[in-house]
Amino acid sequence: MPSDTLEAVSEIRELSYAEAVREALAQAMEADERVFLFGEDVGVYGGAFGVSGDLVHRFGKDRVIDTPISELGIAGAAVGAAITGMRPVLEIQFSDFVTLAMEQLVNQAAKIRFMFGGKASVPMVVRLPGGSGTGAAAQHSQSLEAWFAHVPGLKALQPSTPHDAKGMLLAAIDDPNPVLIFEHKLLYKTKGHVPAEAYRVPIGKAAIRREGTDVTIVGSSIMARKAEAAAERLAGDGISAEVIDLRSIRPIDFTTIAESVRKTHRLLVVYEGVKTMGIGAEISAMIAESEAFDFLDAPIIRLGGADSPIPYNPVLEKAAVPQEDDIVTAAANLVRRGEA
Amino acid sequence: MSAEPMSADQKPNQRPELAALDDATVAQALTRMHLIRKFEEAAEASYMRGLIHGTMHLSIGQEASAVGTTLPLEAHDYILSTHRGHGHCIARGAEPKLMFAEFFGKETGYCKGRGGSMHIADVEGGNLGANGIVGGGLPIAVGVGMSIKAQKNGRVCMVFFGDGASNEGAFHEALNMASIWKLPVVFVCENNKYGMSMDIGRAMAVANVADRAAAYGMPGHCLDGNDLAGVAAVAKLAIARARSGEGPSLIECKTYRWRGHSKSDRNLYRSKEEIEEWRNQDPIRRLEDELKAHDRFDAATLMKLEEDAQRDIDAAVEFARACPDPDPKDLTRDVYAL
Repeated sequence: MPSDTLEAVSEIRELSYAEAVREALAQAMEADERVFLFGEDVGVYGGAFGVSGDLVHRFGKDRVIDTPISELGIAGAAVGAAITGMRPVLEIQFSDFVTLAMEQLVNQAAKIRFMFGGKASVPMVVRLPGGSGTGAAAQHSQSLEAWFAHVPGLKALQPSTPHDAKGMLLAAIDDPNPVLIFEHKLLYKTKGHVPAEAYRVPIGKAAIRREGTDVTIVGSSIMARKAEAAAERLAGDGISAEVIDLRSIRPIDFTTIAESVRKTHRLLVVYEGVKTMGIGAEISAMIAESEAFDFLDAPIIRLGGADSPIPYNPVLEKAAVPQEDDIVTAAANLVRRGEA
Repeated sequence: MSAEPMSADQKPNQRPELAALDDATVAQALTRMHLIRKFEEAAEASYMRGLIHGTMHLSIGQEASAVGTTLPLEAHDYILSTHRGHGHCIARGAEPKLMFAEFFGKETGYCKGRGGSMHIADVEGGNLGANGIVGGGLPIAVGVGMSIKAQKNGRVCMVFFGDGASNEGAFHEALNMASIWKLPVVFVCENNKYGMSMDIGRAMAVANVADRAAAYGMPGHCLDGNDLAGVAAVAKLAIARARSGEGPSLIECKTYRWRGHSKSDRNLYRSKEEIEEWRNQDPIRRLEDELKAHDRFDAATLMKLEEDAQRDIDAAVEFARACPDPDPKDLTRDVYAL
């Protein structure tokens, strides 16, 4: 059922992104005893970003499990629990630490179903707080989601709103495949409408956040929010920008992007991960290979993270990833170029 | 042994480890050891005949470890295996014909030809898969243990790995977690002395992998891995401990692979004498000799077990050769569950 229908019957209620994630976890654990949450400091500490909060008091230590600092081990434990009938939800404290767990996610979780000829499934969810903007420097600020979008067998999500954070987590827990959810740390405190009941946001369907006619801006996670703010400013300059929130980068909703490009004739892709070999390259290539290419009036522009580790200094840190001003400037240049 | 001939009623008592195994159990164990040996030999022969397209890791010489450790498992228990995993599958009752079909890349194989030698699994039968990554199964066993505990289903998970895997971080993370949570897991290290070419003596600063159990607060058992009865006796204790909720154990089976690491191995790192020395410790012959010495089985009966195994393996190869290849249109069929 479309989530819009449910929203209509739900009272208007605002939650933060972190609260929305916690509500999804609680509802999933209430509904299904196979679901459990585990990770570093998710118990009485409440999670490094306060996402698990009081869940340990509501569901007990057997279902909200503090683990040793063993990212490879806990990722493998999620795989083992998933293939034997559980629905584990693993929190990797900072998404950067997933580098320690790559073996289990890439070699095991992603491939077990395929390697076993479809005779097993790995229904596990990994939540990964990521992104820059908190002064945490190079090893606690990365956006590594494109790595996982490169791996067949995995799904990679980047919800941008509290509504989607809840609905996509519930959809991910239902999904019979390994699903990684990248939660931007700067979004945790943002608020938005979240229906109280359990609902699902379908995986692999982009959302058109704002309709427009002059340029398509595609982003996900925090970049979708920045693109929306930029579009508002562009409207003041007489530029009508269409904003597409990808929500999911594997699977990716190419149809919605292509349809928008056919309408606006211009494409700007914005992402926080390093620009080179990133999400923008894939989207640009998909357009270039499709008949939507014939509708372009200007070259595609990618706005991505700098070819640099994330720096500590706040001025440098801001300079390392696309900001709202950069999106406004790039979109305006693109529209002018298309008109020239 | 006494040099004096003894009459039947004067024979020395059997070791308690062997006496604990009744004739039917011993016959089953011998059959499985023969099946493993014949499977590996047929695999090698098939490779030479060009019937196999990929590589393989043969476990000839290690049969007592695979069969002895799994002998006390119950039907619903789980195992996780390694790249040298054919023996573990057979020890748990896998059908050689479906294994060969997988090995030959056929649609009828255990994994529909998608996995091959290194990924044979039979999830419904409790075999959660061989693994191409050294130490890959160890953290997975922790999660299986968590499932068993949460579902209170009384099962046990036995996870195999080699001496090389005990130097992976995954080993340490997994043993630690299994122990702090008292999970029903039995860790079985098949120490065949070499991680590919690296001698364990050069790769590890302690004498035995089992010594490492102390660091994780669990029992460590260092065994003659070519002694079927001895391995089975210790495995029985470790399985019982796991099942009763007391926690995991680490069993180290010291054994030897007669063949090289894989098909590319030229044995440059070990001597012919060393290989010969271990061939003289053949786990199958040792068990047969002991059974004959105690008059539990006569030579004809033992011969028949071996011949039956050979016939089963020959039939399995013929079955697999006749099976259909997968259709390329189904390439991506099983990437995602729907």
